[in-house]
Amino acid sequence: MRTQEHTLDEILTLAAAHFKVSREKLNPDDDFFKALGIDSLQTLDLLTKLENHFHVELPDYELQGVTDFRTLAQRIQSRL
Amino acid sequence: MKRTTKSISWKLDKGVVELALHREPCNEIGSVTLTELERFVAALPELEREAHALIIFSEMKAGFCAGADLRELFLRSEELAPLEASVQVRDFLERIHAVMNAIDSCSLTTIAAVHGVTFGGGFELALACDLIVADKLARFCFPELRLGLIPGFGGVPRLRRDLGNSVVRDLLLTGRSINATKGGQIGLVSQVAGEGEALRAARSTAAQIGKFDRYTAATAKRFIKPIPYDQLRAEVEIFCDLFARPAVRAGLRKFVESTDKQPYLP
Repeated sequence: MRTQEHTLDEILTLAAAHFKVSREKLNPDDDFFKALGIDSLQTLDLLTKLENHFHVELPDYELQGVTDFRTLAQRIQSRL
Repeated sequence: MKRTTKSISWKLDKGVVELALHREPCNEIGSVTLTELERFVAALPELEREAHALIIFSEMKAGFCAGADLRELFLRSEELAPLEASVQVRDFLERIHAVMNAIDSCSLTTIAAVHGVTFGGGFELALACDLIVADKLARFCFPELRLGLIPGFGGVPRLRRDLGNSVVRDLLLTGRSINATKGGQIGLVSQVAGEGEALRAARSTAAQIGKFDRYTAATAKRFIKPIPYDQLRAEVEIFCDLFARPAVRAGLRKFVESTDKQPYLP
């Protein structure tokens, strides 16, 4: 069973690789819009990447207001 | 043969028509794009004589198409008296329906090669095509309910024709978006391609289609793909009724003036 910390780590690694940001610069409580330098449309790419990686569906409305990696990991964890 | 306009361009090469969407930021369909799409469908009968397939794709990084130009819709509706705005909306709908019906019913085998945002009217344009080839990062969504509207470019009747009522209810009533993999699982997407590979996959498919007898392919398409005209008419009427409600202007204003980091989320 994947732990939430493991999920969080995978999210940070995936986001860093996809948006070409150093993994070391990303922290769990970062605002991912700022940390990754992305806009709302690019967050959809991130969402899709995460859905494909974790083999889950994340309804958009569950991400409304979510801006940090840790909360994102919680949402994904609840779908695993 | 190549034709380029402000928002779109098309060319015919080796029996395949490629229609490229290239309006910043994500091919929002407003009055300019509509006029140019009308020019394209007016050219279709001539193209059909020389081609066997049509591919529609986007040159914009953000995606295939984010749907109707809501900013233009809002500004127009602010400038005009409600009755006049309703008349203009109906006219726009009738024209875009004519475009979508022409693409839906043309004798070519049509392929939407989509990536990224494929929302609202963009989703509806893809649904007018025979096949959807999707980049694995493509997302599909009907976000119209949050504006107090239903999709207005014929998408609901076409999705119901192709996949059934339960899929329409899921996407329409929740406003959630789904990815290409899910789209493949439910039969919406015929092929999922790697990142940046949708157009290549669509071209490969178009080349395969070119091996078949054109008359037979067109006959098969007419047999298997009826146009749901009655439901399309009903959609126009429902959309116009809803558009007359004050909630729509409020919804449009909220969207246009939104500073939300995720304005595309329902």
